[in-house]
This record gives sequence, C-alpha cells and structure tokens, in this order.
Amino acid sequence: MSKQPVAVVGVGQTKHVAARQDVSIAGLVREAAVRALADAELTWADIDAVVIGKAPDFFEGVMMPELYLAEALGAVGKPMLRVHTAGSVGGSTALVAANLVAAGVHGTVLTVAFEKQSESNAMWGLSLPVPFQQPLTAGAGGFFAPHVRAYMRRTGAPDTVGSLVAFKDRRNALKNPYAHLHEHDLTLEQVQTSPMLWDPIRYSETCPSSDGACALVLTGDSGAARAPRPPAWVHGGAMRSEPTIFAGKDYVSPQAGRDCAADVYRQAGVTDPRRQIDLAEIYVPFSWYEPMWLENLGFADQGEGWKLVEAGVTEMDGDLPVNPSGGVLSSNPIGASGMIRFAEAALQVRGLAGEHQIDGARRALGHAYGGGAQFFSMWLVGSERPDH
Amino acid sequence: MTTAAELLAGIPELAGAEPVTRVTIPARLEYTHTPGSAQTRFLTALPDKRLLAERCPQCTRVYVPPRGACPTCGVATTEQLELPHTGTVTTFCIVNIAAKGLNIEVPYCYAYVLLDGAHVGLHARVGDVPYADVRIGQRVEAVWNEERLGPSLASISHFRPTGEPDADPESYRRWM
Repeated sequence: MSKQPVAVVGVGQTKHVAARQDVSIAGLVREAAVRALADAELTWADIDAVVIGKAPDFFEGVMMPELYLAEALGAVGKPMLRVHTAGSVGGSTALVAANLVAAGVHGTVLTVAFEKQSESNAMWGLSLPVPFQQPLTAGAGGFFAPHVRAYMRRTGAPDTVGSLVAFKDRRNALKNPYAHLHEHDLTLEQVQTSPMLWDPIRYSETCPSSDGACALVLTGDSGAARAPRPPAWVHGGAMRSEPTIFAGKDYVSPQAGRDCAADVYRQAGVTDPRRQIDLAEIYVPFSWYEPMWLENLGFADQGEGWKLVEAGVTEMDGDLPVNPSGGVLSSNPIGASGMIRFAEAALQVRGLAGEHQIDGARRALGHAYGGGAQFFSMWLVGSERPDH
Repeated sequence: MTTAAELLAGIPELAGAEPVTRVTIPARLEYTHTPGSAQTRFLTALPDKRLLAERCPQCTRVYVPPRGACPTCGVATTEQLELPHTGTVTTFCIVNIAAKGLNIEVPYCYAYVLLDGAHVGLHARVGDVPYADVRIGQRVEAVWNEERLGPSLASISHFRPTGEPDADPESYRRWM
C-alpha cells in the first residue's frame, strides 16, 4: 500500500479560558479554523473535507453539535464527519483527517476539535451511574486517583513527584499565550499544600475546566510545496483501544498504550525514543500521569519514569522536554486537548512555538488518551519529509 | 469583536433591552437498563446476601459482577459460582469533593475490592476505619445494608477491615 506523505501546514487555536461567554460553540470552532487557514494562507475554498471531534455530548449538553456546525466550518457541499473516542478524541480526529490525505481520498483537509465546558458540567457527565456498579466515581479525578496510588505503590516514587510535574507545567504555561492558566505567582509549596481533592491527587495537580478549540490544516506534497511556512511532516500515527474492564488490565500502564507507541515508532523508524525524539506533548490531566506515561511510551523503563521527572529531564531545558506548552494541566477543553498536543508537537518541529519553542526540535510526539485509560492516539511529527 | 449590546443597538424595537447572552436548559437522563441473564442472576441473589460470579471457560478468569461474556476471549461465561464476602483492597482513593448528582457524603473511601476467587475488582466503599489506616493489601469483608436488601449493589453498604494480616502482594498483583 503506498501512502501519500502528510504535512501539517496550518495550526490554529483559541485562547483557552474558563468560559467563553462572547461566542457560541459555532463561533468558538470557527475562530480556531480561521486561524489555521490564516497560518496556511488558504481559504475555505481550498478545503476538500472537514473532520471534527469532541468528547461526550453531555459535556456541553448539546446533542450532536456537529449538525449545526457545518456552515460555521465551511463544510456545506463537502464531506464532514465527526470522530468520538472520549478524551483521546482530539488526537483520533487529527489521525482520521491525516489518513484521508495519506490515502489520497482528499487533497487538503481541515480538522477541528473543541469543548465548551462552561455550557454544562463535565464532572457530572462523567459521574452518571452505571447500572451494575456502585455509583462512586466522582469525575475523572475519582476514576484515575486509585490508579495513581497503584503507581506510587508499585514504584515507591516519593509523594512529591506529582507536585514537580504540576509546578513545571504551570510554569511552562506562562510562555504560552493560548494557555488557560497563567499563575504567575504560583510556588511549589502552594502546589504541595493545595487541597486534596481525590487523595492522592491535589487541586493544583489537576487540569482546569476550559472552553477552547484547536484546528489543523493537513495536506500532501503539492500543498506542502505551496505552504508559506515550514510544514510538520507526519512520520507515524496510530490508535489503539481496549475494554474499560477486564481481568488483568493494567490501569497503570495499559497494553493498548504500549502497542500504540510501538506502532508509531515502527512507522517512524524510532528504536530508542528517549534519544531519537526531541520532545513530547503528552496528555497529562493529573500530574502523576507524566511519569506513568513516560514508562508506557518507552521513554523510561518500568518503575523509572518518576526518576526522569525528579532529575529535571522533562523540564523545558532538560533533554526530553515534556509539555513545553503547559499541557493539559494548564488548559483542558477536553475534546480539543488531544489535538492541542498534536498541534503543539507540530508547532515545535516547524520552529513556530514562540516563547516555548525548544531549540532545534526536529521530531516530536503528540499523545492523547481517553475513557477508562482505554483509547490511545499518537502521532510523531518531524521537520523533514519522511522518505517512505 | 462585536458585543451583544452593540448588535442590539442596531435594532430599534429592542432599544434599551438587556441582551440575552445565556439561557439555562435543564437536561435529564433516565435509563431503562436490561440486565440480561448473567446480571439478573447476580442482582436477584443480592437480597439473599449471595455474591454470584461467572468463570470464562477459556481463560478461567472469574468476573463479578458477571457480564455474561469474557471481554478478553469474547465467549459466553456459562459457569456460575458463589464467592465469599471477603476480599483484598487492591487500590483506593479518598474522595473529598462531591460530584453533582452523586448522593454520597464526602469524604468517602472509593476502593477496588478483589473478592477472594475473583479476577476483577468490585467498586466499593471502605468504612468503619479511619481513612488514614486504609491501605493496599488490606483484608476486608462486606457489610450488608440490612434495611435496603434488594436486587441492587446498594445491598452492600460498604466493606470493613477484617483485622487479618495484609494479603500477599503476589495474590493480587496481576488484578489491580
């Protein structure tokens, strides 16, 4: 099977905030899309198809919002489709769009992901009772906190590791004008003494609830040749899923995540991710997921992820910066969060990440996960065109 | 950006009106759940304080509550068995924040309890113990809700420590 190379030529996002009361959902997604088109110096007429993604409808209380977004996204008379894979959806949506280009189905595709959390209550949407379980899960934090505890127990990591990640990401966010949280005066001590919400997860180790959208313009060789700015090339992309519950499921390091990363690395010819990848934008909604995913993604051996955090390896000036944008811990429009990871990885290898640019970034990983740590989507982008 | 007030200013009939920027539309969700034969057996045994599980004929893993099929092997789980009321806490968190719509007093301890003989954890509350003393590996037993025994998991009020020594980590390592 011969695949067309795929290039990211346009990136757009909104300034993520707690509540965008000045725009509707349609206005929000259009804002991101217009910015991505401007980056690519393209018009609506240049777009052949639109792929949109968001998390569960109950997060905004709007059933099938894509029905009324076709005109806002210039999709009238063109194919438009929606992707849904819970929190990983932003990543999956970008991959579906990339696959349409790679397969030669469409020349240039606009892909958009969003969430307007202020219009409903996502924690409530995530706490709906399941008939055959005791209703005990209080939002995503309540679901993931026991698995964080299992990681701490399994590895013997010191209690402070989570606070180091949170403090790093919130400091990084100060360099990203689109990040939701800009906590200029935050101290590490404040993170470590912030209220315990779902013990062992503290308030300052938790993602915010955001309104925001992200958009990408994806195209092939000829589109990349016409692009006004350097493109990011897709070197590998994959999705994997597994059941929410099964005997032997490893919630700390799910098999689907390991398999997904292995597939991406194989496509990209990566055999030593720690050395061959310059930075990673990883989906870390609760701070402890940074060391957990470092292991799951093969950046660290089992039980060693927290040591990279403690040694400062994942800091902006470390040898594997993680979430220079501030990450999900600083902006979380849920449906868009995965696409923002993919977009930030692309901006870095294009050299267009502004103040949070990692010098000389040539290869970057974008990662997202969703559901009960059961859906994974990742891509590896590079500054060089892949030679397959 | 044009504000709502600026847009209204161009419409004479609405001169002086307060712009409407938001309306609240309540949404409600009500399920009619059809439990199927495996869950029906499980639910109808609860008023008698019996915990029914099912074993996968291929991988021999034991599921409670049973779902009628093994999610790994994709085959029907036909063998029923009854589990004891004791188990091991494989992990937990203390919830200090109330979720809208969840009618539980905070704080509470939300735990995965691996019933003896099962291979998946039951989601349950752990109580009758200071939360600082709850730990991974702790042995616990079911406390039944005598006033509310019925075909629902609410029949189990919570789990409490049995006072036995902690379980050998090897006994639950693969099932946490």
